[in-house]
Amino acid sequence: MDTLKLKILEILKQDARCDAAMIATMLGAAEAEVARAISEMEADKVIVKYNTVVNWSKVDDEKVTALIEVQITPERGRGFDAIAERIYLYPEVKSVYLMSGAYDLLVEVEGSSLKEVASFVSNKLSPIDRVLSTKTNFILKKYKQDGIIFEDQENDHRLLVSP
Amino acid sequence: MIKDEAAVSPVNKKSMKDYLSPAVREIPPSGIRKFFDLVSNSKEDIISLGVGEPDFSTPWHVREAAVYSLERGRTKYTPNSGIPELREAIAEYLYKSFQVKYEPTDEVLVTVGGSEAIDLALRALVTPGDEILIPEPCYISYSPITTISGGKAVGIETFAKDQFKLTPEALRAALTPRSKILILCYPSNPTGGIMTYEDWVPIAKIVEENDLIVISDEIYAELTYGQKHVSFAALPGMKDRTILVSGFSKAFAMTGWRMGYACGHPELISAMTKIHQYTVMCAPIMGQVAAHEALTNGLEEKDRMMESYNQRRRLVVKGFREIGLECHEPQGAFYAFPSIVKTGMTSDEFAQRLLFEAKVAAVPGHVFGLGGEGFLRCSYAYSVSQLNEALERIGNFLKKL
Repeated sequence: MDTLKLKILEILKQDARCDAAMIATMLGAAEAEVARAISEMEADKVIVKYNTVVNWSKVDDEKVTALIEVQITPERGRGFDAIAERIYLYPEVKSVYLMSGAYDLLVEVEGSSLKEVASFVSNKLSPIDRVLSTKTNFILKKYKQDGIIFEDQENDHRLLVSP
Repeated sequence: MIKDEAAVSPVNKKSMKDYLSPAVREIPPSGIRKFFDLVSNSKEDIISLGVGEPDFSTPWHVREAAVYSLERGRTKYTPNSGIPELREAIAEYLYKSFQVKYEPTDEVLVTVGGSEAIDLALRALVTPGDEILIPEPCYISYSPITTISGGKAVGIETFAKDQFKLTPEALRAALTPRSKILILCYPSNPTGGIMTYEDWVPIAKIVEENDLIVISDEIYAELTYGQKHVSFAALPGMKDRTILVSGFSKAFAMTGWRMGYACGHPELISAMTKIHQYTVMCAPIMGQVAAHEALTNGLEEKDRMMESYNQRRRLVVKGFREIGLECHEPQGAFYAFPSIVKTGMTSDEFAQRLLFEAKVAAVPGHVFGLGGEGFLRCSYAYSVSQLNEALERIGNFLKKL
């Protein structure tokens, strides 16, 4: 990928609300060129979506998230993909990764209560053919997500004026 | 504040001020200090563009290395000139980055910030009456330290029309038979001006012809945009005439560690080391360990920070021009230096009104010496949203004038 696109992505990763004009200024590039690069990346699904990082622990309506380690038997001809698809189509599932190591899929499931997540695992995930075992790990506290520290302790300690 | 009338010696009724050395009495109080007091007294909701340091914290691996060394009990004195592995790393870094080759054993001295290195250099070199040439506007310390050392500071005004470069004509005009030292600071605080190889060549010629010694403060060397910094010491014949001063504060976001260094001819470095050993003994070991880590594993992180400054630089310069302030293109450091001449106010007046009426703090240019009047130093080491907010406030302030 060309460097302009990479630089645009880095800026958008920090703040997805930067518009093409501002990005163009920051990179010393033409606005039209930046706008075109963004549309291209959107069309190519390099930029999949612009979403918001939420610290749900600050919202009354609290959510429970679990990371579930899933062992499966791959399917002849389609490997892990078919089963991964059967899992990720559930709306409760927030992310699915194929992993190296002791298990195969890492599945992130979100629910409004412990019970809801547990029942998803026992009623929906475990019964899937070829799922051999699951191990459910509940998240107790999120410190950092997508490179963003939730409760950043490092305030600006600088003197207001210095030489 | 010192209330000098009230401060009277109990023994002989002399004013306490009478005990001070004439050189210290002669130094004017720092204009930046005055402005600092003003800003600190009116804190609410102020966006300050007045800070002369990075907004990044020191990269975590650097902090972690210092913590680990403390845990292992590295809490002792080091050799006067610094721990050998740091001096080697500095020499290697300067060679790779700026093509100046120093011998780590006797041409590199680790100091308490670049500031100590400048002080040592002047104390080692100045004989009372020597004239020290200082292109201005510049960092606020050179002239007072010159005075303390018994030297006479001779300012050389530089101009926005020349992008605040030192021109050979201006340098020649300032020369007298007593001229001995030229203090250079490029990339420049406060103007953001830089000197290219072509700009340096005629300056080097004058230095040679007039047998000057150069103290080159290259603390902002890593912060140049679009072209690499050219060290004055890298010019043909200049290495032995130059004391290169630099440090870790700006490039590695390590201001509070106070880690700097001086490099130069062994005779000069050994003279400076003599003063250093009697005054501070050695730079603090924690800082030296951290600095070594920064040079060994921190260069990529440094590049990432530089890219970020560059983005904000473009944003701010364009922003000032859009709200109607003339702003030369700063090609180094992290300051923009817009002109406020068209408002008809002095920079002091403008900065004060901007502070009280628009809640934006920026340092009035006159505190940086000759040629600074009519300008405002605005640091862009702030988040993009703070910078946009500050520009909007300044824009609204200008509209109301």
